[in-house]
Amino acid sequence: MSMMLRGLMGACAVTALTLPAMAETLTIATVNNGDMIRMQKMSKPFTDANPDITLEWVTLEENVLRQRVTTDIATKGGQYDIVTVGNYEVPIWARQGWLLPLEDMGEEYDAADILPPISAGLSVDGKLYAAPFYGESAMIMYRTDLMEKAGLTMPERPTWEFIYDAARKMTDKEAEVYGICLRGKAGWGENMAFLTSMAHSYGAPWFDKDWKPQFSGEKWKKALTDYVTIMNEAGPPGASSNGFNENLALFQTGKCGMWIDATVAASFVSNPKESTVADKVGYALAPEGEKPQMWLWAWTLAIPSSTDAPDAAKKFVAWATSKAYTEQVAAAEGWANVPPGTRTSLYENPEYQQAAPFARPTLDSIMSADLQNPTSVEVPYIGTQWVGIPEFQALGTSVGQQFSAALAGQASVDQALQMAQQIAEREMAKAGYPK
Amino acid sequence: MARNISQSRRWGFTILAWGAALVIFFPILWTILTSFKTEADAIASPPKFLFFDWTVENYAEVQSRSPYFRHFMNSVIISVGSTLLGLVLAIPAAWSMAFQPGRRTKDLLMWMLSTKMMPAAGVLIPMYLMFRSFGLLDSRLGITVVLMLINLPIIVWMLYTYFREIPSEILEAARMDGASLRNEILHVLTPMAVPGIASTLLLNVILAWNEAFWTLNLTTSKAAPLTTFIASYSSPEGLFYAKLSAASTMAIAPILILGWFSQKQLVRGLTFGAVK
Repeated sequence: MSMMLRGLMGACAVTALTLPAMAETLTIATVNNGDMIRMQKMSKPFTDANPDITLEWVTLEENVLRQRVTTDIATKGGQYDIVTVGNYEVPIWARQGWLLPLEDMGEEYDAADILPPISAGLSVDGKLYAAPFYGESAMIMYRTDLMEKAGLTMPERPTWEFIYDAARKMTDKEAEVYGICLRGKAGWGENMAFLTSMAHSYGAPWFDKDWKPQFSGEKWKKALTDYVTIMNEAGPPGASSNGFNENLALFQTGKCGMWIDATVAASFVSNPKESTVADKVGYALAPEGEKPQMWLWAWTLAIPSSTDAPDAAKKFVAWATSKAYTEQVAAAEGWANVPPGTRTSLYENPEYQQAAPFARPTLDSIMSADLQNPTSVEVPYIGTQWVGIPEFQALGTSVGQQFSAALAGQASVDQALQMAQQIAEREMAKAGYPK
Repeated sequence: MARNISQSRRWGFTILAWGAALVIFFPILWTILTSFKTEADAIASPPKFLFFDWTVENYAEVQSRSPYFRHFMNSVIISVGSTLLGLVLAIPAAWSMAFQPGRRTKDLLMWMLSTKMMPAAGVLIPMYLMFRSFGLLDSRLGITVVLMLINLPIIVWMLYTYFREIPSEILEAARMDGASLRNEILHVLTPMAVPGIASTLLLNVILAWNEAFWTLNLTTSKAAPLTTFIASYSSPEGLFYAKLSAASTMAIAPILILGWFSQKQLVRGLTFGAVK
């Protein structure tokens, strides 16, 4: 009897000790933006429904996150079970075998509902490697009152010439109102995101079919000259230091007539709590040259192959990127606050259309983005405001420094392009292109 | 007349010193003020200095979003632990260099200092792989050892400078009285060098507290100190300056208070041996 009792007690003790060990902890690396922070706050229904899973959030600034996650995944450190990555990284990392394919996401997931340009950018050989949490394109945000004062009407999709003309007419430097605010701060994700998409629209690619850099071409010269000229004539002072946040602050305080940037900005500039011009903002599709200016970015959730909890991770990714999550956010914080740009069903929802006046231009911008054909000539890479090769982060930043210097007046447009050409030729030769 | 000139000069220097102090402290003051603003006031143009709607909303938001206390405890354990560990290794090393110098002591000291000039990013991957192999990623032990190694050259250099100020005859006398090497270092040298050791300790705790490269790269969540806590509020897409300022204020407050109370020790330690 005493043997049996001891055995039972032992079994109970072992069970008690094992139970907490069975609970899985998912470490989720994410970026600090409004939608991601909201997901963190609203994850209780998931943990309630899955008491055996606990969530550990690691929120980092975008560039720190990118460096940190790349180091961990490349060395198979296994520190993260779910990572937030952009659509630039997903195909590159998937080909390296660093990410797990997202198959069998459950019947309710409805992967076919994901916007086609977004899912195409996250798939390799027909398999989805990351689930989009929110997607964005570029659009024009403009001050309706200043546009009216200038005697102009913004077309649905203006030409670059219209933008330059409007920028000049809206500028009132004495009143510290500048017709146009564009990114000027050097960086592959800063000024080069805008300038790459602008140059693509002008018909200027980064590389020809043989991976030869194209900065010495006439179209790059025209694009960069137009950019520098209009920013000098109608841009804010010190524009070479302005990135997304600086332009956002300028626009929200009423100092910009037009701002061409990521669609995610629309929810900030139209928020009366943050913006002094919230009731005077209009939206239009990004400008058109030889091709419309294309821009496609998605923050996605992916599962590194080094995770030791792939099933729990997949369960969380499926929940966070589901239609049900969108409805949960809408119920708690209103339709204007749901993560945009990922699902067709959201844009068909009349409540969302009513709550988000920027819904239609956002959808149209995303749908018109073609990752395979970003410009008017054939190119060997994918990408709209970036180039989908691993070398682009370093190369884009180096070239961005030259263009930022041209904007600051430290170099001429010709000198900047010549330097960009030299840098790109050197780096591409070093990397062994054409491969 | 002479007294008047001297007094006006003194006033001039006082004003200059206060002006310089204000310029140095202004970024911290601005961060603290911004932490009490709304996000709209934080980016207002022209900037609002004191006349704005004061709010503690940002602190509440930061508290609800992040486990501040866990990050704080990690910072305390890592910074104090790495400094104490460094002192244990550096005191005998500095003793040897100060009182038993060899032909290559100066070269050795310079070489130690030169390791500080190596760019940290250059050894990130090898370090990361070693940490992964030893299971030290996201562990307090691992990051404590790394910060100790990083600050060891500074600790050795500082202690070496202090020890050089102590007359070697006193140690010789102790030795003649039969003191063992251990007793000589522990009971004769260390008590005499307490001010120097204290300022070394304080300065290195501050350096370890503020270290951001290795703490960001080698910790994830369990061992993540306050540097990681601040990094989570920085964003290139979205204006969260007020929240970032609140997180920064919470992160620097402990070390600011420590610095304030130990400023005499710090100044004494930093100027020790500067004037002969």
